[in-house]
Amino acid sequence: MNCERCQVRPAVVHLTEIVNNKKRTLNLCEQCAREVQAESFGIIPQMGLHNFLASLFSSQVAAHFGSAVSQGEKCPSCGLSEAQFAQSGLLGCAECYRKFSDRLDPVFRRMHGISKHTGKVPERTGGKVRLSKEIDRLKTRLREVIGREEFEEAAGIRDRIRDLEKEMAGEAD
Amino acid sequence: MSIKETVNNPHSHWMEASGPEADVVVSSRVRVARNLSISPFPHLLSESDARDIIHSVSLAIGNKEADRSRSLELVELGELAPVERQILVEKHLISPDLLEEFQKKAVVISQDEVISIMINEEDHLRLQCLLPGLQLKEAWDSINLLDDELEKTLEYAYDEELGYLTACPTNVGTGLRASVMLHLPGLVLVNRIKDVLGSVSKLGLTVRGLYGEGTEASGNLFQVSNQITMGQTEEDIINALISVTGQIVTSERAAREALLRERREHIEDRVGRAYGLLSHARIMSSEEAVRLLSDLRLGVSLKLIDIIPANLITELMVMIRPAFLVKKAGKEISPFTRDVVRANLIREKMGFK
Ligand SMILES: [Zn+2]
Ligand SMILES: [Zn+2]
Repeated sequence: MNCERCQVRPAVVHLTEIVNNKKRTLNLCEQCAREVQAESFGIIPQMGLHNFLASLFSSQVAAHFGSAVSQGEKCPSCGLSEAQFAQSGLLGCAECYRKFSDRLDPVFRRMHGISKHTGKVPERTGGKVRLSKEIDRLKTRLREVIGREEFEEAAGIRDRIRDLEKEMAGEAD
Repeated sequence: MSIKETVNNPHSHWMEASGPEADVVVSSRVRVARNLSISPFPHLLSESDARDIIHSVSLAIGNKEADRSRSLELVELGELAPVERQILVEKHLISPDLLEEFQKKAVVISQDEVISIMINEEDHLRLQCLLPGLQLKEAWDSINLLDDELEKTLEYAYDEELGYLTACPTNVGTGLRASVMLHLPGLVLVNRIKDVLGSVSKLGLTVRGLYGEGTEASGNLFQVSNQITMGQTEEDIINALISVTGQIVTSERAAREALLRERREHIEDRVGRAYGLLSHARIMSSEEAVRLLSDLRLGVSLKLIDIIPANLITELMVMIRPAFLVKKAGKEISPFTRDVVRANLIREKMGFK
């Protein structure tokens, strides 16, 4: 039997790995076993995840085309085909997310329960989103200070919100 | 410390046993995945495209603000000897994936080895902060700051709906993976490990323990990390992991106290035997060494033994790995010689000849 990880060298080490309380045996060559062991101490191996994801996606693709052999569509930007993605579990570029969005969306929902990012927004690239989040944050803060009757502070926050709203209207053009 | 020193010195800041909850939490790690918008993801890059990415990142870290006296140093993996590359993996500064097609890859490491940036791993950038003990908030703060500074120069692939775009869709959104490495010999010995970790995995967290032959986890070390990267803020993810970690720490301490109360002689015997073997053995496999070091670490945290500093034990866990032994021997060595070199090294570090 060949090593499950590199598929090249013979498997000589048989590791039992417990992930989420499920037992799984890995048949590995000595080198891969060493690497997996190093990973287990600080770095999360992605190998299981890719396969899991690819299987989710191929069932999506199959459902979409009624056949698993379809090559499917290609990303116009990087040329990655759906079949390639279903095999590797990796997308090719940022454009892939738009191209395959209708099929990725259900995958996100199954994986994360939602398909909307609510975390950090990059300062420069984020543009409008960052402004609207900052406005939301200030509005919450405004309600708090009004509740404490700190009217001078409230006036300042109100001005800041007005400025940001102007900025946002400008960016929308 | 320059990268050349990094590969010669087994010590790293994260191994210091000084962090909060260090009796149970060995280390905390936060990493985020980022990609540049203009280029395909690394697995589709040619060698020359990959070099362009490395170049862009080197310009971004050359920016004074990004550096902030951290003294960031970039090294291309191709400039290092194979054994040196492996040592970076053993010190947890890079992942083993960075060793594949290493001509396309580079790493940025801060002088104190707290921060590292892997370039052209699965994503263009993987920013990582590794600290001793339970310091997830601190780790996230450093990464958040570094990320802001890099973004001043780099154009990230970001989507208003989906967040940060990553090569693997399982990381999309925050691109954040936070994890803690826990030492849980008490829960293993009282046979409660399965219940505790089982309930953790129901909370949307991933638990990993690597089992060697037999049933005992290698060194009783377990890693807990977040699974979900989308639909929660970074702070929510970090706080959830901190609170679950706190509960595990409490159960582990309770287990250790119960063991001391009810099986004191057994525990003392175990720790004493570990100390004896590590101090005097002449041939030591890595599996045996990891097991004994785990027992010794338990003894130190229970104050059954006070002549060994806890940070030395974590350092030894790294030093006994193959690449370090090869580096120490100065040449490729057979598995048997490796076991001999390992035993010598441990004895020496423990203050014996
Ligand atoms: Zn292999
Ligand atoms: Zn694409």
